[in-house]
Amino acid sequence: MTTLTTQNPNDNYLNHTKGIKSWLFTLDHKRIGVMYLVCVLLAFLLGGIFAMMIRFQLLTPEGTFMTQDQYNQAFTVHGAVMVFLVIIPAVPAALGNFVLPIMLGAKDVAFPKLNLFSWYLWIFGLVFFLIALGAGGIDTGWTFYTPYSIDKASSMGGVIPALIGAFVLGFSSIFTGMNFIVTIHRLRPKGMTWFRMPLFLWATYATAIIQVLATPVIGITLLLLIVERSVGIGIFDPAMGGDPVLYQHFFWFYSHPAVYIMILPAMGVVSELISVHSHRHIFGYKFIAYSSISIAMFGFLVWGHHMFTSGQSALMNIIFSLITFSVSIPSAVKVFNWLATLYKGSISLNTPMLYGLSFIFIFSIGGLTGLHLATLATDIHLHDSYFVVAHFHYVMMGSALIGFLGGIHHWWPKMTGKMYHENWGRVSAILVFIGFNITFFSQFMMGSKGMPRRYATYVEMPEFQIYHIWSTAGSVILAVGFVICAIYLLHSVFAGKKAPANPWGGRSLEWQCPSPPPWDNFPEQPEVGDCYDYSVLEWNEEEQGYDWRKDAVHPGDEQKA
Amino acid sequence: MSNTDSSHHDDQIGHIVPIKFLIFICCILLFLTAVTVWVSRYDFTEINIAEMGIILALAVATVKATIVGLYFMHLRWDRAFVGFIFVGSILFVVLFIGIALTDTMEYQPSIIKGDTPKVSDAMDLLKH
Repeated sequence: MTTLTTQNPNDNYLNHTKGIKSWLFTLDHKRIGVMYLVCVLLAFLLGGIFAMMIRFQLLTPEGTFMTQDQYNQAFTVHGAVMVFLVIIPAVPAALGNFVLPIMLGAKDVAFPKLNLFSWYLWIFGLVFFLIALGAGGIDTGWTFYTPYSIDKASSMGGVIPALIGAFVLGFSSIFTGMNFIVTIHRLRPKGMTWFRMPLFLWATYATAIIQVLATPVIGITLLLLIVERSVGIGIFDPAMGGDPVLYQHFFWFYSHPAVYIMILPAMGVVSELISVHSHRHIFGYKFIAYSSISIAMFGFLVWGHHMFTSGQSALMNIIFSLITFSVSIPSAVKVFNWLATLYKGSISLNTPMLYGLSFIFIFSIGGLTGLHLATLATDIHLHDSYFVVAHFHYVMMGSALIGFLGGIHHWWPKMTGKMYHENWGRVSAILVFIGFNITFFSQFMMGSKGMPRRYATYVEMPEFQIYHIWSTAGSVILAVGFVICAIYLLHSVFAGKKAPANPWGGRSLEWQCPSPPPWDNFPEQPEVGDCYDYSVLEWNEEEQGYDWRKDAVHPGDEQKA
Repeated sequence: MSNTDSSHHDDQIGHIVPIKFLIFICCILLFLTAVTVWVSRYDFTEINIAEMGIILALAVATVKATIVGLYFMHLRWDRAFVGFIFVGSILFVVLFIGIALTDTMEYQPSIIKGDTPKVSDAMDLLKH
């Protein structure tokens, strides 16, 4: 066994210290990652319940069980919870926290206390969202658009607590981003040059840049909105000389890059999944790495495509439309390189790989339908229709969350030290894929035929009912897929087979420490080789995992020789 | 930069600037503040450039911010990369504010004047 172990082989981060306090005050990045994971999944459950409420409401044209106000609350809470509490922190904060320092061979992130503080900020953000629900609810949509959100007479009373919640969550995101940037710059091990980093780290680095640069803008915007709503100064309210379109500029300057905060780390996960589970060196490493950075940069220049129908000037519409098309280039670079990696690979169709393949399929549809919306002429017709809803769910849910799920399954044996039931994993992944596509492809169809979004009823448009029935049926399949996933993952924690150090045959450093990792990850900082060269590994029947080939030269020995 | 590269950086003490020099910089900043006050009191309509006051005030503020960044924040003596990040951040803000304000100027002519209740009354009239 060539796995790097500590002196006590039974010691790991789960049993090193015990008790609730040892978790609540932990500075260990792995425990913080696990705490994020649990919280994010609970928030996902909350957001998912609201999603199902929306779908069942729309089963009939008259609506089934919610009033219009309740429906407005349901889609607002669904959107706000899913965006701010789930998708933004999902991969970077939960998986990133767990994996990033181990991938670097480091003992922890650069600022462990700041890391724990980020998690507490996430909790405070959640508390403010719950206060918002208790304080009259929110019905503004997750975008908090003005002038509605500053009109106390019309919008519900929970707007300010929700804004504070989003503001606090923003700080959590900034601190995580800062921590990762410094960690990647300062704690890389000997031999890990920039172009020897696993692609997940490149994606996390690009994401962190966006988190640090864009999130302060939404912070100050929400603060202005709070001041405007509570004190009544005219910043965004046209009745007081303000400008509501300016709010949209400020909001989308963050919120469009935020889409890349969601999708970029998921792309990093997929780069790992595709390469490891097809047992083939990643194709076009540098292109994928550079494309992460260019997506992050382009992501800052396209926010105006959310505002084509807002009254934004024709000049800006044309500029933003053109730049938006350019984002498709680095995105396509990634997809082509993943496909080229799969070509002639020894593909294992296990659960993580199924999620990886789902990502490529769904992201391609999500990305290509974005071009329809970037085209000024078609966007006029498709704007505020279900086509937009389907498009962003293909990107944010079908891609970002599928990537997240793929990552959970990929690193689950490492995190818990247990293997989940592979066949149930496959069943769940296939159900999620089928359910997702039935749910949202029908929305593309009804959107292109003119069904507007955010309508609680559609009595005058009964022709859309069939699409809503399909969509709701799909959402039920999707929910069943998630429930199965939750059951077998939880089952594995208590009754799963013991996981080997390297069950999939990965080369990056996290697969060189035991599962689950020891408290301090590595007794000494390991040497690094090419993290996508799988030729040095072979299957070990006894351990039911991969091990170094006996004749393979270790990176450290290679340098000494 | 790897751990081994960075280990000796951790032992370094940051660059120390003599206190006299910092006081000198502070005096320059105070002088520039006085210039800003003077500019605000000068009536540039006499030379037919009413906006000159704002332009000069912003120019002075930019110079002051640069001096603070260079000397008080030690960018003058830090690695070029840190300066690059700082300048990049400034350009980033310029990009954001520039595009947002350019758009605001562009759509001004198409705004329907009047406050929101009047607009909604007009919309109601149209419906009937």
